[in-house]
Amino acid sequence: MDDQRSTRQKVLWWVAGAAVVVYALFPVAWIFSLSLKSSADLGNQQFLPTSVVWENYEMILAGDAQSLFLSGLRNSIGVSLIATFIAVVLSTFCAYAIARLDFPGKRVILTTALAVAIFPVISIVTPLFNLWRNIGLYDTWPGLIIPYLSLTLPISIWTLSAFFRQIPWELEQAAQVDGATTWQAFRKVIVPLATPGVFTTAIISFFIAWNDFVYGISLTSTESARPVPAALAFFTGASQFEEPAGAIAAAAVIVTIPVVVLVLLFQRQIVSGLTQGAVKG
Amino acid sequence: MAAITMNNIIKKYGDGFPAVNDVSLDIADGEFMILVGPSGCGKSTLLRMIVGLEDITSGEMLIGGERVNEKAPRDRNLAMVFQNYALYPHLTVYENIAFPLRLQKTSDTEVKERVNQAAELLELTEHLERKPANLSGGQRQRVAMGRAIVRNAQAFLFDEPLSNLDAKLRGQMRTEISRLQKRLGITTVYVTHDQVEAMTLGDRVAVLRKGLLQQVASPRELYENPVNLFVAGFIGSPPMNFIPATVGEDALHTPFGDVTLPESRSVDLAGKDVVLLGARPESFEDAAVVSDTVRDHGLTFDANIDVIEWLGNEQYAYVPYDAPEDIRNQLAELERELDSEAMRTQLVVSLDATSRIEEASVSALWLDLRKVHVFDPSTGENLTARTATQSTSAPA
Repeated sequence: MDDQRSTRQKVLWWVAGAAVVVYALFPVAWIFSLSLKSSADLGNQQFLPTSVVWENYEMILAGDAQSLFLSGLRNSIGVSLIATFIAVVLSTFCAYAIARLDFPGKRVILTTALAVAIFPVISIVTPLFNLWRNIGLYDTWPGLIIPYLSLTLPISIWTLSAFFRQIPWELEQAAQVDGATTWQAFRKVIVPLATPGVFTTAIISFFIAWNDFVYGISLTSTESARPVPAALAFFTGASQFEEPAGAIAAAAVIVTIPVVVLVLLFQRQIVSGLTQGAVKG
Repeated sequence: MAAITMNNIIKKYGDGFPAVNDVSLDIADGEFMILVGPSGCGKSTLLRMIVGLEDITSGEMLIGGERVNEKAPRDRNLAMVFQNYALYPHLTVYENIAFPLRLQKTSDTEVKERVNQAAELLELTEHLERKPANLSGGQRQRVAMGRAIVRNAQAFLFDEPLSNLDAKLRGQMRTEISRLQKRLGITTVYVTHDQVEAMTLGDRVAVLRKGLLQQVASPRELYENPVNLFVAGFIGSPPMNFIPATVGEDALHTPFGDVTLPESRSVDLAGKDVVLLGARPESFEDAAVVSDTVRDHGLTFDANIDVIEWLGNEQYAYVPYDAPEDIRNQLAELERELDSEAMRTQLVVSLDATSRIEEASVSALWLDLRKVHVFDPSTGENLTARTATQSTSAPA
C-alpha cells in the first residue's frame, strides 16, 4: 500500500512538473520556432516552420538590422555588467554592515531599500527624462546605469544581508584563534562562505538590468546607449507592410543566450546550504 | 604548554556591569581546570578573555609567565573548541584539522603527518575527505578537537563542548576528553554548566557566581567542604538539602526534631538565631537499614514520605516540610540563582535500594549528623567549612 502510494505520488509529481515546464518553456519554444520561419511562413499559425531558414538571424547579425541590434547588444552587456558590478560591491559592504554591526539607522536602510524597490518605475521615468536631458545624461551609459542601480541595489542589499546573517561569525573567531589575522580570517573563511550569496545576487541584478525596457526606451534615443530590449522595438520589416516578427524573435533568442550561459556557468556557485554543518545543525 | 595566571581580572561591559569581577586564578602547567557556574556567571567571558576574543577591562593575564593582555588571539598560541564546534563548512575534515598548520606555513609533508596522527588519535581517519555537513554531532565534535590538538598549542580551551550532544555521546566524549588531556598533558581550561563534567574531568574546579570566584578546589573538596550556600547548592545532584534550624540553649530546633551537633561539627553559634543545616541526600538513610554501631551518630526522625523514585541502584524519597517564610524566600532565591526552581521546601533523601519504605507513608529516617554542614543564612557562609590550615592543624 505504501508502495502504491509512493508510485502514485511520483506520477503526480512528474505530471505536475511537466505541466510547469511546458507552461514556462512553451513561449520560448514558440519564439525559437518563429525565429526559424521565413517571412512568408510567419502567419501560418503552425508551430513548426515549413522550412527552416536562417534569414532572420542573418538580418540582425549581418543584414539591415545589424547596426541596431549589435550596438544594442553592446550597450546592454556593458550597462548591465557595470550596473551589476557596482550594485554587488556596494550591497556587499552594506549587507556586511547590516549583518555584522549594530548601528542606529539599520532598519531605516532596509526600509528605504524596500521602499525604493516597490516604487513604480513608470512614475519616475518622466521626471528622470527631463532631469537627464538638462544635465546631459540623456542617451548615455551612466544615464542608464544610475537608474538601473535603483532597481538592483535594493534587492541586492536584501538578499545579501539575509545571506550574510546565516554565516556563523564564530567561524571568524575560530580562525583567529587558529592563528589567522583578521584579513586571513576574512579571506579564507568568510569569503568562501559568502561567495555563493554574492554570485546569486550578481546574477539576479544582472537579469534585472538586462531585462529592463522602460528605462531603456525612455532614456535613450540613439545607438550610443540604447539597450537590446529597446532596440527590438525599432526593428522594421522589409517593407512597411511587413511585420518584423521574425527578426524580433531571432533577437530574443540571442538575448536569452547570455542569461542561460550565466546560469549554467555559476550553477555550482549558487549552491544553497553551503554553510550547513558549520555549527551544531 | 604553559601555566595560566590571572591577576584581579575584571570585565566590564558598556553599561558598567562587571561580568567578571576581580578574578584571580592560577592554573598550573598541565592542569585541567574547570570553570563552572550557572548561566550568566561569567565563565564563558573569562574563557574568551584568556583566548583573547574579549578585551580585559583591568587586571593582568599571564600565559607562560608572559603578559598577553594586549596580544591578539593568534599570537597567544591557544587552541579552543567552541560550543557549536565552528568547523569550516567549505573545507574537508582534513583541511579543517590542517587549517591552523596551513596558517603557520607548515610544509605539506609535516601537515600530512600531523593531521593523520591527530585523526588516528580521534578515530577520524576514514572521514578525512568528508565535509562537516555530512558528519554526525559526535564526529564534528572530534574534528573540532582535532583542530585543537594538531598544533602543539600552549593550552586547550573548551567552551561547553559537549552541551550539544545527546546524553550517551556526552558521556563517551567526556571520557575521551579526559583520556586525551592526560595523554597530552596540556594545560586545559574547560567551561561547563554541567556539574557531572565538572566533577569528573577536572583536577580543580573554579565555581563562579555573578562574576565572582566562589571557591577553587578539587572536586572532592568542593563536594565535602563547600565554603558557602551557593557552592553547596550548586555542586551535587540531587542538590544538598537545606534545613532551617532555630538556635536553642543546647540544641538546634529543626522541623524534624532537635539536633545536637557532634563534636566534629560543633561551631560557635553565639549571637545567631537561625542557621541552615546542609545535608546531602546520601547523608540520610532508612532508619531500618542503619546498623546499630552508627545509629548513635545521627538523628532518627519520622517523616512523611511523599514520593519515591526507584532507580535500581538507589532510590530517592521526597519529604515535604514547612519552613518559615523568610527562610523559604531565601532558599527560593538561591534556587533561582542556580537555574532551577523550587516548588516547595522538601528534603530529597537517597535511600538504600533495599529499603522498603513506601510512598505516602510515615517512616523513620536517619540523618548522619557527622556529615551535616551549618550555614549562616545571612552571609551564606559555611560555618563548618575547614580552611586548609584548620584541617591540617586541628584534628577535629
